[in-house]
Amino acid sequence: MKLRFILPLALFAALIVLFAVGLQLNPREVPSPLINKPAPEFDLPQVADAEQRMTRDVLTQHKISLFNVWASWCVACRQEHPFLMELANSKVIPIYGLNYKDEREDAVDWLRRFGNPYQQSAFDHDGRVGIDWGVYGVPETFIVDASGTIRHKVIGPLTPQVWREKVEPIVRQLQEAP
Amino acid sequence: MKHLLAALCLLHAMAATAAISAYTFDAPEQEVRFNKLSQELRCLVCQNQNIADSNAGLAVDLRRQLHEMILAGKSDAEIVDFMTERYGDFVLYRPPLRASTLMLWLGPFILLAVSAGALAWFIRRRVSITNEAPLSEQELRRLAELTRGQGDKS
Repeated sequence: MKLRFILPLALFAALIVLFAVGLQLNPREVPSPLINKPAPEFDLPQVADAEQRMTRDVLTQHKISLFNVWASWCVACRQEHPFLMELANSKVIPIYGLNYKDEREDAVDWLRRFGNPYQQSAFDHDGRVGIDWGVYGVPETFIVDASGTIRHKVIGPLTPQVWREKVEPIVRQLQEAP
Repeated sequence: MKHLLAALCLLHAMAATAAISAYTFDAPEQEVRFNKLSQELRCLVCQNQNIADSNAGLAVDLRRQLHEMILAGKSDAEIVDFMTERYGDFVLYRPPLRASTLMLWLGPFILLAVSAGALAWFIRRRVSITNEAPLSEQELRRLAELTRGQGDKS
């Protein structure tokens, strides 16, 4: 007789737990299969100068670097931009950019107006390199080590909180490694 | 006002046709494959649409990619591998059976088994309730006494 009441209650409680966990998850964050894999090769013109090329090799010149996918049409990129400037000015980590599906004039103008946190930005006009890197929502930020391995990927704006909680520990660990 | 409405309708029609980019193929068989694959690949921007339905920038790019790969003679498996290498199993509307997708594949059957079991249990219990001992002769007589006369009223 007791079971009649306890069983539905238990089922209900289980459902609540399921929903509570489900609501904490972010369906927009699709785990990238590229983590701990070699960063895809590319060879693109730079945003600032179409004559100059930028390849994947610039990322492996440093112990660790950030590869930030951005666009002038991307609202959340504006949101993360001040923090990228802060990171660039503090020289904690070199930042490279992938300008994704943008117009060159817009991109140049954007950097001129708001500041340029990037050592270089590659100009991926048709988004093909974006596909190779599994980009699906700008902004995205990849953490690449000296061997050219992708160590982490941030989907969405790189906020101070995301930096502190997710990125900084990885960066510290790799910078301190011999 | 009428003209404006007509213009708006026209504009709308143009937007609708713009979504269907005309891809040309060398063989009709390639077009069939293109349609089938573009319906099975999920657009990661608007997650509940496939790349055939979605008009998001990425879906357009992936359709272009798909078209190029089909024309280049890539097999379906090669194309699916290309997509999953970049976007993971999430890009597939029919993900492969793996430890991480086990619940996805088996979940409905487990749920079906559990509910069928619960239903069977419930029915059996009801049967046992209705199968109570029949009324004794004395009870039957009392019942007749109590209900006597009620039939006359109506």
